[in-house]
Amino acid sequence: MSPPGSSRVVRLSVNGEPRETIVAENETLLEVLRERLRLTGTKHGCELGECGACTVLVDGDQKLSCLLLATEVEGAAIVTVEGLASGPDLHPLQDAFMELGASQCGYCTAGMLMSAKALLDENDEPTEGEIRDALSGNVCRCTGYASIVDAVGVAAARLRGER
Amino acid sequence: MLRLPVFSYLRPGSPVEATQMLADHGGRAKLVAGGTDLLPKMKRRQLAPEVLVAIGHLDALRQLEVSPSGAATLGAGTTLSQALRHPALREQQPGYLEAVRVVSTPALRNAGTVGGNLCVDTRCNYYDMTEEWRSAIGFCRKAGGEVCRVAASSPRCWAVSSSDTAPMAIALGATALLAGPDGMREVPVASLYADDGAAYLALAATEVLTALRLPASEGWRSAYQKLRRRASMDFPVASAAVALHLDGPVVDGCRIVLGAVASHPLEVPSAADLLVGGELDDDAIDRAATEAARLAKPLDNTDLSFPWRKRMVKVIVERAVRQAAGRA
Amino acid sequence: MSAGPEAWAGRRLGAGPGGDDEPGAAFRVVGKALPRVDGVQKVTGATIYADDIELPGMLACVLLRSPHPHARIRSVDATAARSLPGVTAVLTSEDLPIRFGPLPISQDEEVLASAKVRYVGDPVAAVAARDEPTARAACKLIEVDYEVLATVGSIEEALEVPVDEPIHGDTEIGNIHRFVALEFGDVDEGFALADHVREDVLFYEGSNHLAMEEHSATAVFAGDQLTLWSSTQAPHNVHRVLSKVLELPMGHVRVVATPHGGGFGGKVDPFAHEVAVAKLAMVTGRPVKCTLTREEVFYNHRGRHPVLMWVRTGATRDGKITAMHFRTALDGGAYASLGVATTHYTGALQTATYAIPAYRFEGARVFTNKATCGPKRGHGVPQPRFGLEIHLDKLADDLAIDPVVLRQQNFVKPYTRTVNGLRITSSGLEEVTEKVVAASAFRRRPRPVGHGQGFAVSAYLCGAGFPMYLNRMPHSEVNLKVDRGGVTVFCGATDIGQGSDTVLATLVAEELGLARGDVRVVTADTGLTPVDLGSYSSRVTFMAGNAAIDAARKMRAILVDAVASRGGQPGAAVRVGDGGIGEVSFEEAVALAEEARGTISTSGSYAPPKGISGRFRGSGVGPSPAFTFTAAVVDLDADPLTGEVRVNKVFVAHDIGRILNPVLVRGQVDGSVYMALGEALMEEQSYRKGLHHHPSVLEYKTPLALDMPAIETILVETIDPEGPYGAKEVGQGPMLPVVPAVVSAIHDALGVWIDEVPVTPDKVLRALDQRAKGGEGRVGPRRFPDIPYPPCTKVSPDAATASL
Repeated sequence: MSPPGSSRVVRLSVNGEPRETIVAENETLLEVLRERLRLTGTKHGCELGECGACTVLVDGDQKLSCLLLATEVEGAAIVTVEGLASGPDLHPLQDAFMELGASQCGYCTAGMLMSAKALLDENDEPTEGEIRDALSGNVCRCTGYASIVDAVGVAAARLRGER
Repeated sequence: MLRLPVFSYLRPGSPVEATQMLADHGGRAKLVAGGTDLLPKMKRRQLAPEVLVAIGHLDALRQLEVSPSGAATLGAGTTLSQALRHPALREQQPGYLEAVRVVSTPALRNAGTVGGNLCVDTRCNYYDMTEEWRSAIGFCRKAGGEVCRVAASSPRCWAVSSSDTAPMAIALGATALLAGPDGMREVPVASLYADDGAAYLALAATEVLTALRLPASEGWRSAYQKLRRRASMDFPVASAAVALHLDGPVVDGCRIVLGAVASHPLEVPSAADLLVGGELDDDAIDRAATEAARLAKPLDNTDLSFPWRKRMVKVIVERAVRQAAGRA
Repeated sequence: MSAGPEAWAGRRLGAGPGGDDEPGAAFRVVGKALPRVDGVQKVTGATIYADDIELPGMLACVLLRSPHPHARIRSVDATAARSLPGVTAVLTSEDLPIRFGPLPISQDEEVLASAKVRYVGDPVAAVAARDEPTARAACKLIEVDYEVLATVGSIEEALEVPVDEPIHGDTEIGNIHRFVALEFGDVDEGFALADHVREDVLFYEGSNHLAMEEHSATAVFAGDQLTLWSSTQAPHNVHRVLSKVLELPMGHVRVVATPHGGGFGGKVDPFAHEVAVAKLAMVTGRPVKCTLTREEVFYNHRGRHPVLMWVRTGATRDGKITAMHFRTALDGGAYASLGVATTHYTGALQTATYAIPAYRFEGARVFTNKATCGPKRGHGVPQPRFGLEIHLDKLADDLAIDPVVLRQQNFVKPYTRTVNGLRITSSGLEEVTEKVVAASAFRRRPRPVGHGQGFAVSAYLCGAGFPMYLNRMPHSEVNLKVDRGGVTVFCGATDIGQGSDTVLATLVAEELGLARGDVRVVTADTGLTPVDLGSYSSRVTFMAGNAAIDAARKMRAILVDAVASRGGQPGAAVRVGDGGIGEVSFEEAVALAEEARGTISTSGSYAPPKGISGRFRGSGVGPSPAFTFTAAVVDLDADPLTGEVRVNKVFVAHDIGRILNPVLVRGQVDGSVYMALGEALMEEQSYRKGLHHHPSVLEYKTPLALDMPAIETILVETIDPEGPYGAKEVGQGPMLPVVPAVVSAIHDALGVWIDEVPVTPDKVLRALDQRAKGGEGRVGPRRFPDIPYPPCTKVSPDAATASL
């Protein structure tokens, strides 16, 4: 058995890039993304799984990076907000968030976008209720969720080739 | 940023190996699968296990089988989202999934597991706090202290059973498969729990919950009513799981299990018995719901006021009974 | 007392681009639904917030905080902590003996407590270590010997004779921090004229801002220059405090407000952690960062004051108000913060919507052993607005007058002065009322039991008329640099997510005939940008906006002049717009000006006009260069079996002056409605024996995506004569009427009054039970305590309306 607090090397795919980094066994994916890989787009507002700011995609599922041991995502494909755009081309969700003002202070935005991405990857024509449900673990204090819900709907329509 | 304390991380290759690891480390080890319950508690230093035995990756715990009759076996490591997406399970076990669907948030259901929700730690407003906060009250009986802060004169801990799926599983007559050093055993889900907020699980320290078995519905109809402040994220402050079997208009089987009003899922047979043998008229439902509320003993240690929660038990039991009766 | 807009003293900036030069010119940028200037960074994760800063050699700072609500400190021993490997420095009170606070009259905070602690979370020591876990471990090794004192936990307890000792030495009496007692007009005579007099007691619970970003600050000290990056809403406040406490000249301190993860008033005050990291950077010679945990944010607080209210109103039979007497008691928590201003605000704006001919206000703020209250969205106004509107609903019931009509009969008219001296200019109060009533079909449909609608109105400031510290300098200043390198606006204003950077770029682009993307914005950096007082009191659009237009008009004149001189034509003939000045491109015009004059920069500034307040002690809180007016209708269902409330829809009509950017406006209205619903139905910063009941995002309940209703927003443009292109605020006003409208709608639905917010389901059921037993069907405070207010300062109508 390794002594408490041991480190080891983990291999991840982060936004499509293979990454290899040393992590301590008690480090969360959130800490590894922000502090080891310096991908600070993923935010934290509680570190206890209560606010949704740290939501990322792990093998396509929306997950809270503050509650994942980095050692347990060995080999997984991680997508963060930094991986949403294709080069300079924003993802339709990002465009819609900008156009509709769904990002005000912007602190919940990364988590919102990743939750929305997970939804649209699975359901290309969500109802308003389904959108609200998909975002129901992401706290936003600026928007009242209204423009965010609208933006996800607009992005979904654009992804379907409408509008 | 809140961070985890240090621990040694073990990754067994099988449930049996996990039980061995638990045996090797006595009370210093904890099982972890989805981590949604354990890791926040470790960050708040409510728990500081020296060893984590990870079981979420074990294929043996991830099977999800639904028999042609409708009986289902869900590996304890199946995530709640996997259960929700499973077509045959949706077809055959809508009652169980009704409770799964209202657990927390989508992201947490993607990580949280079937076994984890059954074994979710009891909760209390004096316990689910950081070490600094708890030090300010001199800690509590469940962690580091001598006194129960919600009932100071009581010799026990009154933390609240907060699982959504446990009351439903019990109402459905489900069983749990346990692996231990001496092999497997299958027990009713109700017997997983002890009426003690601190030592709330009745499993042996070396046992691993490996699967949940839901019987075929065979005409039983069910409903789950969850009371909470918001439409997502919140734990229940009271809940009612009801399973009913009707012979024509006459109830010939009924189980009512309450959640979040005791330290264990509280089955209320005396309430269910008031429905069995008769028709589901308003009067019978009212009497059964009143009896259920009488037996609920919420204390002042969750969100919202405890007299209100006790009173609401009647409303949610009534609603669950009517909802179940209305389902085919 | 009515006069036309032209009679008002304020500086007119003209209603269109170019001001009076080009009357009636069409807007090119203003009013367009353009995304925010920092939009791409925010949706790609590129924005660097305070905690994202990582500097070479940086140390982590953690503050050791008091576990006791009230205790004397006998000793602090940090020996063991200092010798822990990885610890670089430990500070205690001796290292930072100078007190601070946001207002000159309330310098009562210590960075690290010396003699006593006053709330759970009061900082006692600061550790800098190689990483956060080491700093936390070191905190555990610091031995503090406390002598525990009796906890003062409520307004009632604070009004009693202190058990051990008062929380602070310098108070009015006991634990009463501050009194306000003012009377305008003859109140007794007003009540004597009334046909009906009604009294009510109401309570509004405290709440936290719960900005998603936990506060964070990083300091660097190099040479004799200190730089601090912090998630502050008011870098100027932090700048002043750092200079004072660290005894550094202002010119040696630079404060940069980082892009903000939410403020709502919670980051206006200067904080201990900001000073601590600065001092630690000075002591260690290394960069030091401190990021608070969520729990620490709840202790930092400065949130909504819990306010107990008593209101008495006299009215004629036909609903004309003859006099009002309003009393408030504010639970201030442990320190002063901006509480003196808050106390005034609980009495200042009742008169801004209703023409109350005689008005008496008595307020008292008390100290308690809880986290310090301060400014939160609406600062001191939501509480009395809730009290007043519910009270007027009941008054309307008493008089059998429609609640809308009762209010309309008493509305303040535009371009008048209130009895307490507020200068009211443009007002859409009538129009927002008519429009919201029409849109919602207010109470014009039959409503089954359980379905209800409530209506309320409100008014709010477009910036405080006076600064936090007395001075005659501008409130906002802008430098504009235009040269061959482009156009850059420099302003101290702080974008906290509301979009103030976007507003600045919009206004400058409009004036210079450019696309908005052609204007670069540098803000909130005291080392680079001229002073702006901060993002509070909805002041930025109005004040920084006017300063920006001022600078841009001067720049425009220079460019026009350069082009005109070359062509030998009069300046008036040179048109500006679409990227050109006259016949030449903007770039060519700049080159001509730069050839002729060298470096070109202009500056603009804004100070509120004189004469917007009365002349009496206390007249500094309440006046504003303009007011917005809002009306709301809330439509909801309330379950008589459970007491649960489900809001179906909120209709809001807001007098915004002019819409500068509809995307930003919508964000502020939606967010205001959301925050109001949270406070009306869920949010509570409550305590048990001085300990926060639930300092977590999970248990501090706020509405989530599934809990929010539809919002219908109606905007009314009144084109304020002094606002930037006529614009007024939208960040705070729209929240104010929503809270009372919820409570009013619950009454409409179930016939019970819940005279305190938040309205929880158990309160609704208790009121229903009470009514079923023949009671009044009300839950709320029973009585208003006896408070030894001093005699009121009687302000004569002359003094109230005298210009300064």
